[in-house]
Amino acid sequence: MIPLYWYLLLSAAIFCIGLFGAITRKNSVGILLSIELMLNAANINLLAFWRYLYAPNGDLRAEVFVIAIFVVAAAEAAVGLAMIISAYRSRQTVVANDMDSLKG
Amino acid sequence: MLFTRRFNRTSHITAILAASLSFVASMVIFIKAVTTAGLAQSPLGGQVNWLPTGDLWLKIGVMVDPLTAIMLFFVAWTILMIFIYSVGYHNFGQPVGDHDRTGLPPHGAEVKGQGKPFRVMSIEPMYARFFALISLFAFAMYLLVVSDNLLTLYIGWEIMGLCSYLLIGFWYGKESARKAGIKAFITTRIGDVFMLLGLAALYSLTGSLGFKEILSNHAVLDILATSVSPVFGLSWAGLIGLLLFIGTVGKSAQFPLHVWLPDAMEGPTPVSAMIHAATMVSAGVYLVIRFFPLISAGWIPGEALTPTMSVMAFIGAFTALFAATIAMAQNDVKRVLAYSTISQLGYMVAALGIGAFTAAAFHLVTHAFFKALLFLGSGSVIHGMEHGLMHTGESLDPQDMRNMGGLKDKMPRTFWTFVAGGLALSGFPLITAGFWSKDEILSGAFNGAHWAVFATLALAALLTAFYTARQISLVFLGEPRSETARHAHETKPVMTTPLMILAFFAVTLGWVGIPKEFPLLGSISPAWLQSFLGQMVEIGEHAEGHSLVPLLTSLVVSLGGLTLGWLVYRRFRSADQTDPMEKGLGFLFRIFQNMYWVDEAYEVVFIRPAGWVAENLSYKFIDRTLIDGALHGIAKLGLGIGRLLRFGFDLPVVNGAGDGLAGGTKGMGALLRRLQNGKIQHYMGLAVMFIVVIAMIIIYFVVI
Repeated sequence: MIPLYWYLLLSAAIFCIGLFGAITRKNSVGILLSIELMLNAANINLLAFWRYLYAPNGDLRAEVFVIAIFVVAAAEAAVGLAMIISAYRSRQTVVANDMDSLKG
Repeated sequence: MLFTRRFNRTSHITAILAASLSFVASMVIFIKAVTTAGLAQSPLGGQVNWLPTGDLWLKIGVMVDPLTAIMLFFVAWTILMIFIYSVGYHNFGQPVGDHDRTGLPPHGAEVKGQGKPFRVMSIEPMYARFFALISLFAFAMYLLVVSDNLLTLYIGWEIMGLCSYLLIGFWYGKESARKAGIKAFITTRIGDVFMLLGLAALYSLTGSLGFKEILSNHAVLDILATSVSPVFGLSWAGLIGLLLFIGTVGKSAQFPLHVWLPDAMEGPTPVSAMIHAATMVSAGVYLVIRFFPLISAGWIPGEALTPTMSVMAFIGAFTALFAATIAMAQNDVKRVLAYSTISQLGYMVAALGIGAFTAAAFHLVTHAFFKALLFLGSGSVIHGMEHGLMHTGESLDPQDMRNMGGLKDKMPRTFWTFVAGGLALSGFPLITAGFWSKDEILSGAFNGAHWAVFATLALAALLTAFYTARQISLVFLGEPRSETARHAHETKPVMTTPLMILAFFAVTLGWVGIPKEFPLLGSISPAWLQSFLGQMVEIGEHAEGHSLVPLLTSLVVSLGGLTLGWLVYRRFRSADQTDPMEKGLGFLFRIFQNMYWVDEAYEVVFIRPAGWVAENLSYKFIDRTLIDGALHGIAKLGLGIGRLLRFGFDLPVVNGAGDGLAGGTKGMGALLRRLQNGKIQHYMGLAVMFIVVIAMIIIYFVVI
């Protein structure tokens, strides 16, 4: 079998890439993509731990949690896109940094 | 003065009423005192505690003993007479003057009679003020006379000094009057300083100022006479006596401090009469008479005089002669009388100096009467002359004797009373009071073998008679020497009646004191005064010899002097003629006329340096430089401190703290504002960073 930590590393790397993108990308859709990335990275982490620690015992408890995360991610992506479209309609831009009406 | 300014009648009625009350009271006291035996040992009186000084009290009190009774007698009479006279002198009842202003002597009003208008004398504008002041003066004299201790006496003394200033400067619009008032006050003040020193010394040595405690108390007198003071080796009694005597020198115008008296003639004539006959100068002599036991403590009659007494005898005799010589050369009728007063006071002081106590007191009483008479008479003459001036409108001095003459026919009552007074002054034998008192003094001097004093006083008596005859001849006898004198006429009865009453006393008063040694009359006289006053002095003056020399001397000098004066002056025809004496005496006359230039000497020696000191030292240096400099310095210091505090502390520190706080907060705010820029990615970035930090901290603490 492949050692566990390879999967953990992979998950950490993807998470960091997603985090970096969420902070850095101009376009709001880009930020949304990055957030999806972070979520999936977290999923990979969870699955890796389940497969290596609980699957030999035939325990299925982690799968439910992963599926819950998938669902939440999907819903959240839909809502996020809807928000972006609505924001675009009122501000004519999707650049996140330009929406600074909370500036104080 | 408060209420009676508009009501002249009220003011003079109040004053005369008060004077009459005092008069009646004095007469009552006098009669009671005269009929009480042993008055000197147990005088009538009473005392009150007044001011506390440490353990003792300063007291106020009254006492009536023989000397007081005599003083009350003459003071009451003369004051009342002068008050009544003043009503007329200040022209009560006459119309208000045309352009009379308060502060200047009145000079007449135009009256339209039938025919052309003519001028009459006008009423004094400051009438009420005069009576107020003169009443205060009388009060002070009464206070002084009845007081039983030196403090009350001194109070009366000082009030009199004040009143003399106010009254001499009564017509304050005249500069000469103002200066004369100040001169009088300051000169007597010099004497008063020394008197106060004597008073203080007496109080500190004996613990009391009362006459009974000190003067009748042998133990005290002996202690004072034998203890030696630090000054000139005099005994304390002598020193205190000398200091008190200097007070008299000031007040009674003896030699060095006599300069105020002639200038005091600037005041109205009743004032001159009051000050120079009845009251103020008498007060000075009264002081030394009262303190005779102290001054003569340690003296035994027949032996050498104590130093104080020698000083008194010398100054008295010298003043008598000195003033008599000056009086011979004066032309103003009142000035002659002023110098005459100085001279007669010298007599009294000299008499005390040689120990003739009764003689001095006797002369004081008689002198008061005839000198008051003479002054009031001269006032009457001046009034007559001013009346003449109203008629003729000439411009000459109504008081200058060379412009008068022949007034005996125009003013007979004034003439006869003036003659009575003048003869009394010269010591005309037998019928005048002056003779008896002067004779007493001369025989006291002779019998005590004080030849120098005797000779000086005799010579002064000769000169006195001479200048009196001169005055009478120039004023009354002969022909009028100016139109004014021709138009003079007799003054009103309200002025001449006091003259007649005083003349009566001037003639008869002498008879109460005829000594027993006198030939013929002496044996039948009761010598009342001698026995009455003699109770006061235990030593008594025993006339050692009964020689006739003093009697003959006084006869010769008085009659001789009168005749000489009459002979020399009856040919004085016109006002411009040179005085016959000037031809006779030559340069001496000029010395006399200029009063020995004493005033000028004082001016140079005392007044100019004092003025220089006042101007430069006191004003420029002390006042402006030191005192004002100190004040300005303090002010500047205060301002400097204020400025320091404000700019050094208040602004930078206090304001700075506040401003700093606010600025700091603003800066922090500006800094922190940049965090909130509305950019969500920025926020997210910050959040991640903080999570990392916290994670590291947790790992650090939990794992390691």
